[in-house]
Amino acid sequence: MAINSDVLVVGGGLAAVAAAVSAAREGADVRLVSHKASTLRQASGLIDALGYVPATEPAKPLRDGPPTAGRNLDPDEWPDPEGPLADPFEGIDRLPESHPYRVVGGDALRDGLDLFDDLAGDAYRGGHTERNALVPTFGGAVKPTARYPAAAEAGLASDDRPMLVVGFRSLTEYDARAFAGRLEAAGVPFDVAGAEVEFAEAFRADAKITRVAKALDHDEEIDGVPAREALAKAVAPHLHDVVDESGGVDRVERVGFPAFLGDDEGDEVREELADRLGADVFEIPMGPPSLPGLRLEDRLFDALDAEGVRFETGNPVVGVESASDGRVETVAVDRNGRTTPYGADAFVLATGGLVGKGLDSDREGVREPVFDLHVDQPEDRYEWFVDDAFGDQPYARFGVRPDERCRPADAEGNVQYQNVFAAGGVVGGADAAREKSASGVSLATGIVAGRQAATEASQ
Amino acid sequence: MTRHTDDDGDAGDANGTNERGDDPVAERAATDGGVESASGGAESATGGTDSTELDPDAYDPVDVFPGGDLDLREGADSCYKCTSCDTSCPVAEVDDEFPGPKFQGPEQWRLKRKEDHDIDESITSCSNCMRCDDACPSSVPLSQMHNEARGQYVERQMEKLSVEYIRNRILANYRTSASLASKFPRTASFAMNFGPARWAMEKVMGIPKERDFPEFATETFREWWKARGGAKVENPDKRVAYFHGCYSNYNTPEVGKAMVRVYEHFGYEVMVPPQKCSGTPMFANGMLDDARRHAETNVENLVEAIGQGADVIASCTSCSMSLRQEYPELFDLHGIEDLAEHTFEALEYLRIHEDLEGELDAAGGLDDERAFAYHAPCHARNQGLSRQAVETFRDVDGVTMEDVGDSCSGISGTYGWKEEKYEKSMEIGEEMFEHMEDAEGEVGMTECPTCAMQMEHGTGYEIEHPLQLLEDALGA
Ligand SMILES: Cc1cc2nc3c(=O)[nH]c(=O)nc-3n(C[C@H](O)[C@H](O)[C@H](O)COP(=O)(O)OP(=O)(O)OC[C@H]3O[C@@H](n4cnc5c(N)ncnc54)[C@H](O)[C@@H]3O)c2cc1C
Ligand code: SF4
Ligand code: SF4
Repeated sequence: MAINSDVLVVGGGLAAVAAAVSAAREGADVRLVSHKASTLRQASGLIDALGYVPATEPAKPLRDGPPTAGRNLDPDEWPDPEGPLADPFEGIDRLPESHPYRVVGGDALRDGLDLFDDLAGDAYRGGHTERNALVPTFGGAVKPTARYPAAAEAGLASDDRPMLVVGFRSLTEYDARAFAGRLEAAGVPFDVAGAEVEFAEAFRADAKITRVAKALDHDEEIDGVPAREALAKAVAPHLHDVVDESGGVDRVERVGFPAFLGDDEGDEVREELADRLGADVFEIPMGPPSLPGLRLEDRLFDALDAEGVRFETGNPVVGVESASDGRVETVAVDRNGRTTPYGADAFVLATGGLVGKGLDSDREGVREPVFDLHVDQPEDRYEWFVDDAFGDQPYARFGVRPDERCRPADAEGNVQYQNVFAAGGVVGGADAAREKSASGVSLATGIVAGRQAATEASQ
Repeated sequence: MTRHTDDDGDAGDANGTNERGDDPVAERAATDGGVESASGGAESATGGTDSTELDPDAYDPVDVFPGGDLDLREGADSCYKCTSCDTSCPVAEVDDEFPGPKFQGPEQWRLKRKEDHDIDESITSCSNCMRCDDACPSSVPLSQMHNEARGQYVERQMEKLSVEYIRNRILANYRTSASLASKFPRTASFAMNFGPARWAMEKVMGIPKERDFPEFATETFREWWKARGGAKVENPDKRVAYFHGCYSNYNTPEVGKAMVRVYEHFGYEVMVPPQKCSGTPMFANGMLDDARRHAETNVENLVEAIGQGADVIASCTSCSMSLRQEYPELFDLHGIEDLAEHTFEALEYLRIHEDLEGELDAAGGLDDERAFAYHAPCHARNQGLSRQAVETFRDVDGVTMEDVGDSCSGISGTYGWKEEKYEKSMEIGEEMFEHMEDAEGEVGMTECPTCAMQMEHGTGYEIEHPLQLLEDALGA
């Protein structure tokens, strides 16, 4: 006997959760099967919708011949991307026609973000406006993003209060001074200083951030002093480090830390530090590894439970088991070496892109390994890349090509299976890294795929 | 992922030759074993045996021991240092000294390829919860690397006369102590928890005084099974071989009994082949030679049962994990892949092969309301089973089943039984204890016997196995 449901969602990231919840809200009996923990664990925890519209054509007409290959030629010159965009919706029309936002429409993105707000609750901010917020990240950039963790709120770059950024001598990955310097160079409207303090020395040289987070959660004693107090004491001498243009010294009003201020008790940790320091405290998203991503993942899976979605993680879907006249009936789930059939009336494929393993690439080309759906790609491998690293890389847009109902098309442009819908990173057409659109694409396509799968299942 | 995908077909065919010609009852008597002595013969037999009718060509024996060591280069190479594994390691979260799975796995593996690099001692702090396996997006075989490194460390670097080694060996060979204790269950339960004895154990052996030894049953599962006269249902078309493991034999036979009654309710013929420890505690302590000896017996007897048309069922998720994944990763015994393919956790199997929800629905639920705080063991998580109890019982009248979250219980088999780890083990479990106390239920539930110990230890709750609730809900 197969394990049956109305809708089976394959994958466990943001797109899969969005699809599963929206299908369940349409009344479908939904099951979600995910192989591994999602890429949320590596992601920053920021929910980007659309931050930039990158150029898809080079500044000068392309040289003759294939757009790349010529290692001896000068790289093509590409105009800078347009942005950061204040309003993500306003940029949609200028994206290529095959972009998922153009295919499913701007309202799908709105609905997807609404769904996210509902699931994330008070853990996230940004839902009060359609505009992007500017959030500093440890990469040194100020990033336009649609939703950000409440823990990052006091760090917004649009806020003009003076800021101190804390790093730790023993954690060289987080170079607070360099970070402060980059923020100033980016022209932020506030004064900022970075300080390296002594605190993480109490832990082993390469202690995991989860270790530090847990110590703060439990307020463990570090050399006889409770962890939160010890951290505040280490930071306190630097509250006057900010020097403004005229050489005056300001007491900072907000202090930023790498994102490991507690896990379960994050709010409490931040509050106590803020009390002790007399300044707002915020986390700067970073990754990987990413605690904000982990926390979001926990929250989303709790939401699945609350919505009555059945889910299991740990086993991959390895292929289609039976199909007839354009419909998939069962897929095979590999359970430690043995496959079990899972049947459904409709399927959502949300297995992610090359990182999530939803797309597989080798010398022969790029494949979608679960349903063996068509992945649009130039035949000639040389055409996968352009010379300029910042140019419009064809490979970045690889993926399955959906119609407006999110059903992937075959090489001829016909719907491959009537009851298979795709969402998230496995969908092609977006250059998420340059556009800053990854989570938005997952939410917009996730909500459409989920609803359409529920509709299909109820036929 | 490209392991065989064909189903019972080949085992069924192979066994077709001797099928049902024999009297199934006699056949059962031969494999039931009843008491330990029946396994005596199996004990001397090693690896590739001819005792079954299975076609040897149908196997692809694991050939990963070219130079004696597992060749895991490919696994090490696919690590792209994303540190997902580190963020999911419960030990790294509380133990400053533990460098985490990324170091223990791919990095240490690379290090020891070079020169004569010793294996870092910290490997013994890994509790073998296997969470890192699940976290790695690149499918780096982390726990396999850890098991192998630990085995090598213990074999080559650990002082064999040290208290630590002896203590670990005793803990790992729980089955031996349990088997002795079960001869005098009341005395043993008393003596092991007797104040002065506990004090001595902590001082001399490094076993924390805070822990209570589990009680030994006055009648083991196998004794019960024998007294009952074996299976009550004969059914050549629906057979399962029960791998009860040490714990449900010696300590909680009620779990094994529930398993038998539930399966008989669904018309299965239950076989109880002779068996030894699954090896889980031995892997975790780097005692791979011990584990291998036990595995030989298990593989031989279970493969024989498979030859008779049975699938293998375990009620402990570490046992099923071991038979399904760790055996084929670590040993190259004849029939091992076949065993892996035919092994299931007990509830999982029913969910796949029976209309469990329909049956529960028809049974009409419990007479009295009962609420449970369910904890999914790490080894259930890795097999995709972390949600099965919650989902199975969610719609049963009279049952409230609450998932207490995804934290590790912290005991991880023998880990929490070591004095130097005791506090860390309780720190890891703290989140679970808190969530249990917040939950409505005052009874805990889990598939893993050692998690059950930890849950009980941390909250004072009584703990049940899902099979026991299933038995009640079905009126089996
Ligand atoms: C390092 C990093 C940083 C990022 N930073 C940001 C950021 O700042 N802002 C932003 O908006 N987005 C960011 N993202 C992207 C975002 O987190 C998601 O990756 C994106 O939304 C895609 O989500 P998804 O649900 O499609 O896939 P993924 O999150 O990739 O999830 C795919 C899931 O499918 C599962 N899966 C794969 N194959 C199978 C199978 N055969 N059977 C069952 N399950 C399978 C995987 O185990 C995984 O759980 C980042 C991603 C990464 C990797
Ligand atoms: S098996 Fe568990 S304890 Fe060991 S390294 Fe992996 S996650 Fe950590
Ligand atoms: S999760 Fe896998 S790829 Fe990432 S660091 Fe760990 S072993 Fe390497």
